[in-house]
Amino acid sequence: MSVESHQKIDTMKLDSIMAQYNYDKANLIAILQAVQAEFKYLPEDAIIYIGTKIEGLSPATVYGVATFYAQFSLEPKGKYEIKCCDGTACHVRGSMPVLNAIKSRLKLKDGQMTTDDGMFSVETVSCLGACGLAPVVVINEKVYPQMTSDAVKIVLDTLMSEGK
Amino acid sequence: MTTLNIDIKEEQRKAQAEVEKQGLRVLVCCGTGCMANGSLNVIKKFEELGANVSILGDYEKLTIVPTGCHGFCEQGVLVIIPQTHTAYVKVKPEDVEEIVESHIKGGKPVERLLYTDPKTNQKVQKSEDINFYAKQTRTALANCGHINAESLDEAIAVRGYEALANVLKENNPDAVIDTIVKSGLRGRGGGGFPTGLKWKFTAANRGGKSYVVCNGDEGDPGAFMDRSVMEGDPHKLLEGIAIAAFAIGADEAYIYVRAEYPLAIQRLRKAIKDAEERHFLGKNIMGSEFNLEIHIKEGAGAFVCGEETALMASIEGERGMPRPKPPFPANKGLFGRPTLINNVETLANVPVIMLKGADWFASMGTETSKGTKTFALTGEVNNTGLIEVPMGTTLREIVFDIGGGIRGGKKFKAVQIGGPSGGCLTEEHLDIPMDYDNLTKAGAMVGSGGLVVMAEDTCIVEVARFFMNFTQNESCGKCVPCREGTKNMLKILEKIVAGKGEMSDLDLLEELAVAVKDGSLCGLGKTAPNPVLSTLKYFKDEYISHIKDKKCPAGVCTAMKKIVINPELCRGCTKCARTCPVGAIEGELKQVHKINQDKCIKCEACLNGCPFKAIGKE
Repeated sequence: MSVESHQKIDTMKLDSIMAQYNYDKANLIAILQAVQAEFKYLPEDAIIYIGTKIEGLSPATVYGVATFYAQFSLEPKGKYEIKCCDGTACHVRGSMPVLNAIKSRLKLKDGQMTTDDGMFSVETVSCLGACGLAPVVVINEKVYPQMTSDAVKIVLDTLMSEGK
Repeated sequence: MTTLNIDIKEEQRKAQAEVEKQGLRVLVCCGTGCMANGSLNVIKKFEELGANVSILGDYEKLTIVPTGCHGFCEQGVLVIIPQTHTAYVKVKPEDVEEIVESHIKGGKPVERLLYTDPKTNQKVQKSEDINFYAKQTRTALANCGHINAESLDEAIAVRGYEALANVLKENNPDAVIDTIVKSGLRGRGGGGFPTGLKWKFTAANRGGKSYVVCNGDEGDPGAFMDRSVMEGDPHKLLEGIAIAAFAIGADEAYIYVRAEYPLAIQRLRKAIKDAEERHFLGKNIMGSEFNLEIHIKEGAGAFVCGEETALMASIEGERGMPRPKPPFPANKGLFGRPTLINNVETLANVPVIMLKGADWFASMGTETSKGTKTFALTGEVNNTGLIEVPMGTTLREIVFDIGGGIRGGKKFKAVQIGGPSGGCLTEEHLDIPMDYDNLTKAGAMVGSGGLVVMAEDTCIVEVARFFMNFTQNESCGKCVPCREGTKNMLKILEKIVAGKGEMSDLDLLEELAVAVKDGSLCGLGKTAPNPVLSTLKYFKDEYISHIKDKKCPAGVCTAMKKIVINPELCRGCTKCARTCPVGAIEGELKQVHKINQDKCIKCEACLNGCPFKAIGKE
C-alpha cells in the first residue's frame, strides 16, 4: 500500500465507526456496512485498517467477509445506485429486458458496473420482496414498480437531467 | 404463579378506548409494495383534506392509519375503511378528494375505485367479499394491514402481549412447551421441523446462558411473508420471541433481518424501543423475574445465511458458512451456547396459539401439518400478493380462486413452489391438499412459501437455468459437491438453453443432481438440484425439444428464437426497418421486407411495432 493512498482514507472516521461498535469483532458486518454507507464502497485501505485495529481480526479475515456478502462492494458505486431485481417473480415477468435496457441506455459494456462518469452503477439483486409489483427496479432506495424497457429509460432520462 | 405489576386486560381496555377515540379509521397500506405505488402521498392528501371534514355517520373525527401490508399488492395503493366495510384499490393522491367528498362527507362510496372481479366484471365493495380475501384464514397475518404498525397501543388493543402476560403469570415454561408441541406447529422457514420439539431440545440445556435467534433472512426470491410480518405487525413477532425465550430460559435474542428490508428493520427497532419503555421487554418484564434483551442484526446479502449454522456464523461477524451438524444449535449454537432458531412466521404463530389454545390451532390443517401457512403468490396470475390459508388447501383454490386465474387468459403451465430449493407442480397436482408431506412426495417442498405461477409462455428449461444460476451464485463454496456440482449443472443448462445441448447431457444432469443432493453439507446444496429434478420429471419433452429440435416451445430462449416477416401480410411500410436498432431489416418501400438473421439480436422491437401484425416468432 502506498503512503499516498493511506493519506486519502479518513482514519478518524473509521475509528469513530469502530468505537460505536466497541471494536468488537462480532460487529464486523455492521462496521463494514457503516463504512460502506460513509464511503459508498469499501476502500482497500479501510479493510486493512479495520483488520489491524480490531482484536482477533486480520486484514485477510476482513477481506474474506467483505467479499463473501453481496452487499459489499470493493469498487466505488455510482451516485445513483440502480438495483434491478431478478428474483423469480421479476424474472418471470421480464426483468432481463429491463436490465438490458438500462445497460444500453447507460452505454455499459459487458462486465462494467459503473458508468465512466461515476453517475450510475447497476447491479442485479436476487429479491427485494416486492414481488407483487414485478418487475421492480430500485434506485437509491426508491422503488420503481412494474418496469418495462421503455419506462426505465424515461426514469433514467429524468435522473440524468436532474444530475446535470 | 407470579404477580405482575401490569394488568394487561386494563392496558387493553385503555388502548381500545384510545383507538375508539380515533373516530372513523381510514387504513392506508404502507407495505413496501404500496409505498412504491405512492401511499405516503395518499396519506398526505388525506391529511390535507381531512382536517375540516364533517364526518360520515356518528364519527366525530377521522384518523388516517398507516398500516402494514394488506397482501393484495397488485392492487395498491389500498385504502380500507373498516367501519363502512369498504375497500378501495389502486388509489392515487388525486382520488383522495373524491373519497373524502363523496364517501366520507356524503356517505356514498366511490364506485370507480372499488375492486372489479376479473371473472364477473362486477364491482365489489367489501374486502371480505373479494375472492382474494374471502378464501383466506389469517393467523400470522391477522393484524397485518389492520393496525398501525408503528403503534404499540394499537397492538395492545388487539390483544398484543396478552399471551406473554399469561405465560409470565403462570410461570411454567414446561407448560408453554407442551402447548406448542400439542399444537403441531412446524417450522415455517422451509424444513418443517416440529417447533415444540426444537424448544424441548433447547430447554433441556436450561441453566446457563442461551439464546433465541429469529431467522428473518428471507432469501428465497419470490417470498415476502416474513417481511410483511416484520413490517406490519412487529409486536406480534417480539411477543413470540419473548414467549420462546421464556420457555427455553434465554435472556438474549437476535433478529437476523436482510439488509434489503430497511423498512422492516426500522419498524422493528421502533417496536423494541416502545416495548422496552412500557416494560413489555427488557429487565423484569411486567414486574416478573424474566429479562429479555432483543438485538437486530442486519444481514449483508447471502442466501446461505438462511441456513441456521451459517446464520449464527454471520451474527458472530464471520463469513456465513454452514458447519456440519451435530452439534445441533440446541446444544452448541451462537457463541457456543444453546440456541433456539425459529423463523419469523413460526414465531408469529406462537402468541395466537398461546391465546386460543393448541386444540384450536390443531383443528386447522391436515393430519401432519397443522394451522395455516402464508404463501407469496406471484408470477403470471391475476391477483398477486400475500395470502394465508389453512394447510391442506389445494393449488387450484389458490391459483384460480384466490389468484383469480392466469393473466391475460393464458393457459396454466406450472407453479414453482419453495423457491430455488423447491420444485414445480403441474396440472396433475392442482387438486392435492398442500401440506409438508404431500409436497415432498410430489418432489417439491413448502419451503418458505413462495408460489410463482407460470403460464404457457414461460420456458421451463430457462426457469431451471435461472434457479441453478441463483444457487450457484449463492453457494458458499465450502463443500465440493455444491461448489463444483452446481457450477457444472449450470453449464449444462446454459448449453441446452443456447441450443447446443446433446441428449447425453440429460443423463449427466440427472447424475450430477443426485450427487449434489446426496453429498452436500447443508440445506442449500441438498435442495439446489430440486428445480432441475422436478422439471426433468414433469417437462422432459421441453428439454428434448430444446436438444433435438433446437426449438423452445414457449418461444423464450433467445438463441432458438427466429423473428420472421410474413410476406403475405407485409405491406412494405418500412416502419420495422426504421425501428430496428441494428439495421437487420432490409427492403424497399412498398416491397416485402426481410430480416437478416445474422444481424438480428431478437429484441422484438419490430414485432411490437408492426401495424399489420406481419412479424412473428418462429
